Order: sequence, then C-alpha cells, then structure tokens
Amino acid sequence: MKPLEPVGSTAKIVLGILFFVLLFAAWSWATFGGYVSKTFLADPLTMLRDGWELFVLYGFLHDIGMTVWRVFGGFVLAAIVAVPLGIAMGAYKPIEAFFEPFVSFARYLPASAFIPLLILWAGTGEVQKLMVIFIGSVFQIILMVALSIGGTRRDLVEAAYTLGARDRGIVARVMLPANAPEIAEILRLVLGWAWTYVIVAELIGASSGIGHMIVDSQSLLATGQIIFGIIVIGVIGLVSDFLFKAVNRVLFPWKFA
Amino acid sequence: MTKLLVEGVSRRFPGRKGAGPTRALEPMTIGVAQNDFITVLGPSGCGKSTLLRIVAGLDRPTTGRVLLDGHEVKGPGADRGMVFQSYTLFPWLTVAENIAFGLAERGMPEAERAAIVADFVSKVGLKGFEHHWPKQLSGGMQQRTAIARALANDPEILLLDEPFGALDTQTRGLMQEMLLGIWEREKKTVMFVTHDIEEAIFLASRVVVMTARPGRIKADITVDLPHPRDYHLKTTPAFSELKARLTEEIRAEAVLAATEH
Repeated sequence: MKPLEPVGSTAKIVLGILFFVLLFAAWSWATFGGYVSKTFLADPLTMLRDGWELFVLYGFLHDIGMTVWRVFGGFVLAAIVAVPLGIAMGAYKPIEAFFEPFVSFARYLPASAFIPLLILWAGTGEVQKLMVIFIGSVFQIILMVALSIGGTRRDLVEAAYTLGARDRGIVARVMLPANAPEIAEILRLVLGWAWTYVIVAELIGASSGIGHMIVDSQSLLATGQIIFGIIVIGVIGLVSDFLFKAVNRVLFPWKFA
Repeated sequence: MTKLLVEGVSRRFPGRKGAGPTRALEPMTIGVAQNDFITVLGPSGCGKSTLLRIVAGLDRPTTGRVLLDGHEVKGPGADRGMVFQSYTLFPWLTVAENIAFGLAERGMPEAERAAIVADFVSKVGLKGFEHHWPKQLSGGMQQRTAIARALANDPEILLLDEPFGALDTQTRGLMQEMLLGIWEREKKTVMFVTHDIEEAIFLASRVVVMTARPGRIKADITVDLPHPRDYHLKTTPAFSELKARLTEEIRAEAVLAATEH
C-alpha cells in the first residue's frame, strides 16, 4: 500500500461491505457459538425477528416517525434562528462581539443536562423534546456559521467593492453564496449530533420514539430489539446524510464542477 | 486633462510591539491624463500595490489625497475598476454572471446586461465559455474574465495590480497584446502596476519607476513608441534602448531591496 494512492471504485465498495460482513460474522460467532449469554446479547437472527415483530406487532413505524419529526422539527427551528444570526455575527464585528462570549459559553452546556429542567418547564410533551434538540444544535450552528462567514476570502470582498457593491450587497451576494456550501456542510454535521440528543431526550420521560422503545426493551431484556433500534437509527442517519449530499450537489454545481 | 491626481499621498503602517511604523510610501504626487496608459514599475515590496489600493479606495493614505475628476476618493467604487493579481472571480458565478456582477449591483435590467456581457465576452475572446465556472478555466482565461468584469462596469479608470504575474511568459505576452488592443480601440485611462520591465514599456505611454521601500518616484519616463503595438515591438532597437535604461534604474533599487530584506 502506498500512502494517498487512490482505491478503485469496485474495491472501495467491496471493502466497505466487507467490514459489515466481518462485523456480523464476529457477532454470529460470539452468539451462536454460545460464548456470550443470550440474556446480554441477542444473536443476529433473533435481532431480525425482534425487528420484524416491532414493526408488525408494536407499531415501531410510529416510533420512528415520531423520532424523525422531533429531530427535524428541533433542527429546523435551530437552523432558522442560528443561520441568520451566525451570518450577522460573521459579517458584522460588533454583533459578534456582543453574542460571541455568551454563545461560546452556551455551546458547552450539555443539552442532556437541560432535560430535567425542560421537563419542569414544558412537561414531557413534544415541546420539551424539540427544545432539547434546539438547545443542542443552535449554539453549534451559530458559531460555525459565524466562523465560516468571517473567513470569507478578503480579495473577493474587495473585488466586489471595486465593482460597486455596497455593504449589504457584500453580505447577500458575496459572503452568503461564497459560504453556502460550507453552511450546508455545517448543517449536515450538526444534524448528526441532533440524532444523539433526540435519543437521550426519549430515554427520559417519553411515551413514543426509538429511544422510548429502547428503554422499554431494556426492562424486558430484549437485547435484539435494542440492537435493532440502534441499527435503525444508523440507517436513518446514513440516508439523511446521503440526501444532504445529493441536495448539495444540485444546489452548488460550481463546487463540484 | 488630468483624470486622476495622486496628491502628496503617503502611507505608513503602524508598527507592531515597539517596532517603529513601516513607511510603505513616501509622499508622492502623480497626475494621470485622460485616456493615458501609465505603468508603475518597481521592485517587489516597494509599495506600488499599496499605491494602487489607495487609488482604488481599498486602503487609506496616511497623508494626502486622491482625486478622480476633481472628486476626492473616500472608498472603493464602481468608477475605479480593479483587476487583482490573485484570481478573484466569484467561484459560484459563471463567466457571464461574473462579468455582469457590477451591472447587476447597479440594478441594470437583465436584457441590457446580456448585451454588454456578450460584447465583452467576445472582446476578451471567451466566446463559448460564457457558462463555465471559474474553476474550469485556465489562469489566463480567469484573468481575461476579470478584465472583462472590470471593463463591463465602464469605469472612469482601470487599475491593474500585476494581473499577469502568475501566468507563464507566453500567455502573459498574449494577454498584454489583448489588453493593449482593447485600450487602443476603446481609449480608457489605465494604471497598471508591475515589476516586469518589458511589460511596463510594452503597455505604457508612460512609466513611473518607484524606489525600493519606502517607495518614492525615481523616474517618470514617456514611452514614445508608435501604436498599434504588437510583439514585434519588443525586438526593436528603440524598445531595447528604453529597456536598458529602465533596467539600470530598477536594478539599483532591486539590489537595495534585496540587501534590506
């Protein structure tokens, strides 16, 4: 193997799949071979059967729907607040000086630690779930967007000035389009984090959702269901990631030309 | 008639941590006549780019002022088009959209813009590339687009900061002829900064030579070579004579600059 030598497209796919095959093989070996107690780790077949039952008998589709809606609801709310604020902070230094210390501080507040407080304030309903996602995402997006906008190439800004652009034109027609792909990338990244917050939010005080199902399964020692739930989360994350990338490709052809 | 007047302009950059301020430009006065093509020639680090940035309004002079048509320059504006050494096309806009940028900022309707853009696309020889992204173009094509973008705005003066500095010699020669051709046909006031002696003579009707830092005007030489010019000019005796003279002027400065840094 040579450093940085590119890998062929077929080999790339085969290698990627190989990992999952080996993972399943190791798992099967440990469980079917009797090396791990069934109580603690279900075997792959049990996991699949449990998964099937979840869909057919326990309405798991509804749980998935609830979780997806919470993630996207909270995430979209966070993006609506954070992207414009991040742009304003990145472009205008007094605005940045005003918000930056607080946002930097708030960024380190763990969203999960707010759950007890949010339950007191908002109960165990949807508002509380959305707020967890919101708190977990909003500060991250603000800071990263501000950083990206603030890092706009100076020579592009200067070129726009010499072409007669005014201050607002600089923000709207230089800083924004120049950084739009990066902002999309930031949103994709933070959406991934939002998925971890939603499960935590659903572990406590929820009556639906994938996280709720996982807690329920724990009390029944149904490890197959837990693993199935975790895999479902991974698959949904993978799909949303893929969609995000596909949309970026359509929105920013200049980046990929 | 004087189009641009640089009047007693100097620039100091504040020193860092106890070091004294850096004198980039000593007070200098330059007048540029309407439709004149002047080149500012100097060794690297002599402040010639600073001078151009001050004229563009991207930097403020420490003393003095810049007058364009008798009005003091307070900041950057569409009346002074600029072409930078670095590639500054907007990567998210196509060639045509880049050229139309200034017109769009001015609020010109789409149809009017399209006619002007098509005109400049053909002037800089980019027909067929209108819908390419900058990243798909060679360096020379990017700079041609940048020149078209600046000219489409119909500025009072065109400022160029070593626009061909990053290009190979052959491409640079072609670009010089293209730019000169446009100037000969359209008559624009042009201020062109370079460290390349041949380029300075070939393009200009006047060469202003600057000293090493702090930049001062060392010589102001009229280039009395006939127009239209093409690459043959570079091998004529008159051209060589000027080149020899300027080489002497600039060499002393280059030596000075090299020993200082």
